[in-house]
Amino acid sequence: MNKKTIGGVAAIILGTTAMTFYINGCRPKTTMTSQSGDAASKVYVAPGQHDEFYNFVSGGFNGQMSVYGLPSGRLFRIIPVFTVDPTSGYGYSEETKPMLNTSHGFVPWDDLHHPTISMTDGIQDGRWVFGNGNNTPRVARIDLKTFRTAEIIELPNSAGNHSSPFLTENTEYVVAGTRFSVPVGGNTDVPINTYKDNFKGHLSFISVDPKSGALDIAFQLELPGVNFDLAHGGKGPSHDWMFFSCYNTEKAYTLLEVNASQKDKDFIFAVNWKKAEEMAKAGKGVKKKVRYAHNVYDELTHTATSTIKEEVLVIEQKDLKEVVYLIPCPKSPHGCDVDPTGEYIVGSGKLAALLPVFSFKKIQEAIAKKDFEAEYDGLSVIKYESALHGVVEKPGLGPLHTEFDDKGNAYTSFFVSSEIVKWRVSDLQVIDRVPTYYSIGHLCVPGGASKKPWGKYVIAYNKITKDRYLPTGPELTQSAQLYSIDGEKMQLLLDFPTTGEPHYAEAIPADLVAKNSLKIYKIEENNHPYVTRGEKDARVVREGNKIHVYMTCIRSHFAPDNIEGVKLGDEVYFHVTNLEQDWDIPHGFAIKGANTAELLIMPGETQTLKWKPENAGVVPFYCTDFCSALHQEMQGYIRISPAGSNVPLSATLDNKEASTN
Amino acid sequence: MKNSKKITKPLLILSAIILPLTLLFPLWKIELTAPQYPEGLVMKIWLYKLSGDIEIINGLNHYIGMGAIHEKDFPEFMVLPYAVIALSIFGLLAAFLKASKWTHAYTISFMIFGIIAIADFWRWEYAYGHNLDPAAPINVPGMTYQPPLLGYKQLLNFGAFSIPDIAGWLFFLSAGLAILASAHLIRKGEW
Repeated sequence: MNKKTIGGVAAIILGTTAMTFYINGCRPKTTMTSQSGDAASKVYVAPGQHDEFYNFVSGGFNGQMSVYGLPSGRLFRIIPVFTVDPTSGYGYSEETKPMLNTSHGFVPWDDLHHPTISMTDGIQDGRWVFGNGNNTPRVARIDLKTFRTAEIIELPNSAGNHSSPFLTENTEYVVAGTRFSVPVGGNTDVPINTYKDNFKGHLSFISVDPKSGALDIAFQLELPGVNFDLAHGGKGPSHDWMFFSCYNTEKAYTLLEVNASQKDKDFIFAVNWKKAEEMAKAGKGVKKKVRYAHNVYDELTHTATSTIKEEVLVIEQKDLKEVVYLIPCPKSPHGCDVDPTGEYIVGSGKLAALLPVFSFKKIQEAIAKKDFEAEYDGLSVIKYESALHGVVEKPGLGPLHTEFDDKGNAYTSFFVSSEIVKWRVSDLQVIDRVPTYYSIGHLCVPGGASKKPWGKYVIAYNKITKDRYLPTGPELTQSAQLYSIDGEKMQLLLDFPTTGEPHYAEAIPADLVAKNSLKIYKIEENNHPYVTRGEKDARVVREGNKIHVYMTCIRSHFAPDNIEGVKLGDEVYFHVTNLEQDWDIPHGFAIKGANTAELLIMPGETQTLKWKPENAGVVPFYCTDFCSALHQEMQGYIRISPAGSNVPLSATLDNKEASTN
Repeated sequence: MKNSKKITKPLLILSAIILPLTLLFPLWKIELTAPQYPEGLVMKIWLYKLSGDIEIINGLNHYIGMGAIHEKDFPEFMVLPYAVIALSIFGLLAAFLKASKWTHAYTISFMIFGIIAIADFWRWEYAYGHNLDPAAPINVPGMTYQPPLLGYKQLLNFGAFSIPDIAGWLFFLSAGLAILASAHLIRKGEW
């Protein structure tokens, strides 16, 4: 081989290698996390200092709601709502079991998606936070004095309460739109392929007592068999209206992934709830026979009661022509969000390439002028262009939800392109975009769905974390990400893991809630039927085979702590009252082998654990909440004797007899 | 003539020996990245099979109505290995046969083979990218979603990067050697 040939071979090899590098050079760099050096100081809440916001985050499939602090992302509490909590005894204690009663009996779990904080005149008031049960359709009200579930109401004619629990501006109503349409009425045993004829979608309007918060289904609207998805209340000029997004206007009942994605546009249902309310009051609805549970927790008796109700007022579809108007919205809209002025409604078509923004004023004009393009099951469909304010062009891929800040900007989450896009409501121009890690669902700006957003942060709630945290086997943590929105550009400040899968969340300035937080239950206000107000009243009472133990706890003993005379076949009810009247001194009650739960009893509270002994012998019980230096000594024994034994019933503390009957 | 053979023979032998090696490595790869796939997805195309995250890619493609990619749909996989072996034997023959037309025939058939292969690859990309099911959940703007033949292209939320893999580079090397041999002969006026 001559030099030239060797040169040629070398040139080919070099050329091939160079090509590789050249082509590799064409590809863009992968998205890198770009947070600036001062991010840490912006989320650092020094030990002993308090966070600026409470963040109420849905737990999704864990059926609970968790409470975080912002900007630190610290988890404070997980509030049991629809799911039993053996730690505290929620759903296991005699007092809390009725909370989870439904028309299907005891349902100890659910899927909670959308925490919504109560509002007065469109502004967050921090009194209650509502949560929806997406599975067995329910709405819960959590009292933010106690951070406990105060009330749960089931929804008849519904299946899958997704479009909930969104509020009207002044918390007049909390709404619940069914995700599944279902056959209703007497005979629901119908062929599934008769969907178009037999399946109906209902929207429920649950009134909220302005003082007590008490819930009551005021009326339901019977509507076509679509799938209601999300909703938001009007505000200011649109006060009287509620907007519900829906998918499956195709009325598919199988392979919805394809069959419910056929139409170019589905609808946002604009509902004039004020008019519906007038109709309901004027007796224009039909009382229908249904069954649903209404469960209320009484803070003074520390006991829940469950009532099965058998009637609901339904306004039929044929009467809703002037109550409900349909706005065409591209491609299976998910989020349906109303800006702080109440004028603009953003519909996020999950599969749409643009983001339509509708104008309330234009909708009203179109209704007045009867500017309709079609009818859908007898309801007027407003002409798309007539309702449209404008579109955000090329915003991203897979828009889901929009929240607003206090400066006229909107923040929309994009699931497919995994980003938050900031745009200006006035001219619909995109201002900034940031990646989220990964696959954002909902997002939250403090007060961002209300008339008065507090701004400052936007939080992304992500479905996937992949490589963001240390791996924990196939099941990884879910997570949230906090971004600063103080400047023109959004800035990633913090990742923090969440419990359960976060869907929607709301955040509220801490001082609106913290000042009302209850420290103790007053013992003198404890009206529990089995309360023991002092140790002198501690006793054991036999009623047939039921043994009622009136037990107290105070640092560091139970009274009584020795119980005898219980026989096999008896059912023992430990009614444990925590006599402490000091802040943050709960006691626990746990008995060996209890196949239910333990109890955590707050100061001044009474809770009851039912226990059925299974063997003769002596069984220990003790306090599970580290209460004092002598917490470990806080223990006792209960003796179980054979069925026919004649051991007398006794309850003692330090060998002194408590009274027995 | 003798002199030329001294140079072209080792070139042709090398070119022919490299060819069977292409069976041992993937020919081409299409790498996909998306925000939710920071680790990336890859599809590797061999002379006789596919490898990589085919099932995951198929799962994603169904959203836009792209047909599922299955090995059995490509008759090329049955033929290509034999074609490469045949080409390799042809190369060896050209190395040892005296007439320079064999060398040129080898080089030309190699180039035709390469052009057909690349055109075929493009044709498949076109077919997958243009036969999108209109009933799919997502209708891609323009109803086309064709990955690039070479280089980078953003397709919705996915960045697709198409590049030869080891066997692909070996082909270029082998073809380069064949071309060099022919070029040498031509320069010497040996057609």
